Amino acid sequence: MNSPLLSVQDLKVHFRGRNTLARAVDGVSFDIRKGETVCLVGESGCGKTVSALTILDLIPKPPGEVMGDGVLFKGTDLLNLSEPEMRKIRGKQIAMVFQEPLTSLNPVFTIGDQIQEAILVHEAVSPNDLRRRCIRLLRDVGIPSPQERLKDYPHQLSGGQRQRVMIAMALACGPDLVIADEPTTALDVTVQAQILNLMQSIQDSSEMSVLYITHDLGVVANIADRVYVMYAGIIVEQGTTEEIFSRPRHPYTKGLLASLPSRSRRGERLHSIPGTVPNPAYKPSGCPFHPRCPMAVDACRSRFPEMIDHRGGHLSRCPVTQDG
Amino acid sequence: MSNTQYAIPLTKQGLEAPSAPPKTRMKEAWELFRKNRLAIIGLLIFVLFLLTAVSGVILTSGHDPVFDPAMVRLQEKLLPPLTRPHLEALQPGQAPALGIYVFGTDDLGRDVFARMLQGAWVSLTVGFVAVGISVLVGIFLGGIAGYFGQESICLDHILTVLILSVGAIFLLMGWIGPGAACTAAGCIYIWLSLFSRSRLRQSPRKGILRMRAVSVDTVIMRMVDIMLCFPSFFLILTVVALVPASMYNIMIVIGLTSWMGTARFVRAEFLSLREQDFVTAAKALGVGNFRIIFRHMMPNAVAPVLVSATIGIATAILTEAGLSFLGFGVPPPHATWGNILSDGKRFIFDAPWLTFIPGVAILIVVLCFNLFGEGLRDAMNPKLRERA
Repeated sequence: MNSPLLSVQDLKVHFRGRNTLARAVDGVSFDIRKGETVCLVGESGCGKTVSALTILDLIPKPPGEVMGDGVLFKGTDLLNLSEPEMRKIRGKQIAMVFQEPLTSLNPVFTIGDQIQEAILVHEAVSPNDLRRRCIRLLRDVGIPSPQERLKDYPHQLSGGQRQRVMIAMALACGPDLVIADEPTTALDVTVQAQILNLMQSIQDSSEMSVLYITHDLGVVANIADRVYVMYAGIIVEQGTTEEIFSRPRHPYTKGLLASLPSRSRRGERLHSIPGTVPNPAYKPSGCPFHPRCPMAVDACRSRFPEMIDHRGGHLSRCPVTQDG
Repeated sequence: MSNTQYAIPLTKQGLEAPSAPPKTRMKEAWELFRKNRLAIIGLLIFVLFLLTAVSGVILTSGHDPVFDPAMVRLQEKLLPPLTRPHLEALQPGQAPALGIYVFGTDDLGRDVFARMLQGAWVSLTVGFVAVGISVLVGIFLGGIAGYFGQESICLDHILTVLILSVGAIFLLMGWIGPGAACTAAGCIYIWLSLFSRSRLRQSPRKGILRMRAVSVDTVIMRMVDIMLCFPSFFLILTVVALVPASMYNIMIVIGLTSWMGTARFVRAEFLSLREQDFVTAAKALGVGNFRIIFRHMMPNAVAPVLVSATIGIATAILTEAGLSFLGFGVPPPHATWGNILSDGKRFIFDAPWLTFIPGVAILIVVLCFNLFGEGLRDAMNPKLRERA
């Protein structure tokens, strides 16, 4: 197998408070290969978004501190790049789609202006070409009558249209990797499906990789090639979508899957994992999941679990369920 | 009930354009502004004043102006408004252009109307240029404080600035050798630190030189506080006493002593804008910091600045009139409303119009700017929008 497009190795992001140290991301490694869709799944506050922002170096420092063995993108370590060098990567090679389309567009500019800005930051294009490219981008993301929409302000568009515009901006410079940070969370379920279809069709037509961050397992099942399940700043399980959904190993993944509504259990109460995600400043010792884990044994309290290989790229961080 | 009533036109158009009626922020603000009668009066007077001032500068300047504000007619002194000139006592060309002294004449027989026209231009330019300077300085410093506020100034930055300024002082005093050495050392250090910063992004800074002294925000905002401590009029008087009196110096001095309000406004706006998603989105697109500040954030922060600028123009006009009244303003023979008032006060019992006319003019213009500014504020304030 060829080398991955993006390889995050033992990434740690800590936030230093007055007398606390919040370990938001605590040693995360993952790979994204060319043309692949990778999902990062986890509850709110487990470090998904922080990991993604760190790839683009958008974590405010201080209070943030980034450590780790490197974030290799096409062989260069993004952690060692200077700000001007990083700026050439952002938008041009790695683009990002944010969660809230309502607030991610600047309210005082027309969407035409904003898409043009996305192109002009990286390329010198003549005004005519620029306009043509904007219209083509808008058409690609499925916005009807793009000529007229160019002159619209964000508040004149619906949520789904705004997210399409955001995707158009992300695609403006033909990036190799798009990081989508819960792009459908703020949208209706119907619109959500449209946006997911759109992302997939774009991915099919170009050789783009997507890092998709979500807490919605339904979305994961639809689009992902491989899944990384995150909990409290670490990856607890990873594998192909099929493996994760059909043979989950880690109790956390099992709990998540059991929490999904399903036809076979109609009328029953939905399963839920007891407790909440630990505060990143005060994580439990040993396995961070042990206070909420139904299978926890004494060893879980003291020993931090290692990744266990279940073959076929399926790894999990739970010694208890090692034998399936 | 028939079904046709509910038939939705499934034409291409009907499906394709589900957007709100185009109503931009400006239009919305204008709707609100129009309802405020006082503000509209303010706007009208402002436009009138603008036209007067522009026509005033055209009509009173040049080699042979239509209204000559400097024409002395000693035999016609202290005439009340709307008097006809005694044409037999005047030489040809000395008669006022309108055939009448609209605002009377002063103690040298100069036409007060012509002088008021000339003064209107001074008031207008002083108001706009001074506020322009103060808004530029305020936006720049406020923007920096709001956006880069949390960045800290390290000990080495302070030392570099100190070395550079010592070098500059040495150079000014004529000690070329040590001065050049200090300046060169400072420049080399700046260059080195810029170069090495790019390599050291990952590791936290260490060492005594890298000790964090103060944040950028603290420096700028304490500077604002210090500037606000001085009673501004006396600060201006002091500076004006030191620099040669001219219209441009007055503008610059007024501008440089009134930027603090704007800086505070802009900083406050930026503190909240900085956390908005579209700023992160712009960063994720690879937009540079200064482009984010001035192109992406500034248009969002401009409304309160505009409002304070409008009211600032009124203050600047008033300050200029006050300075001229005290004799520190634009030097004679150039007429300003302040020095017409000041010249007239000696004759306040014999010729009250000499003080009354410029006084009322200042009052009206300042009032109209204030009303206009307040109308603008109400129209642009989203909290007041619901009520209207």
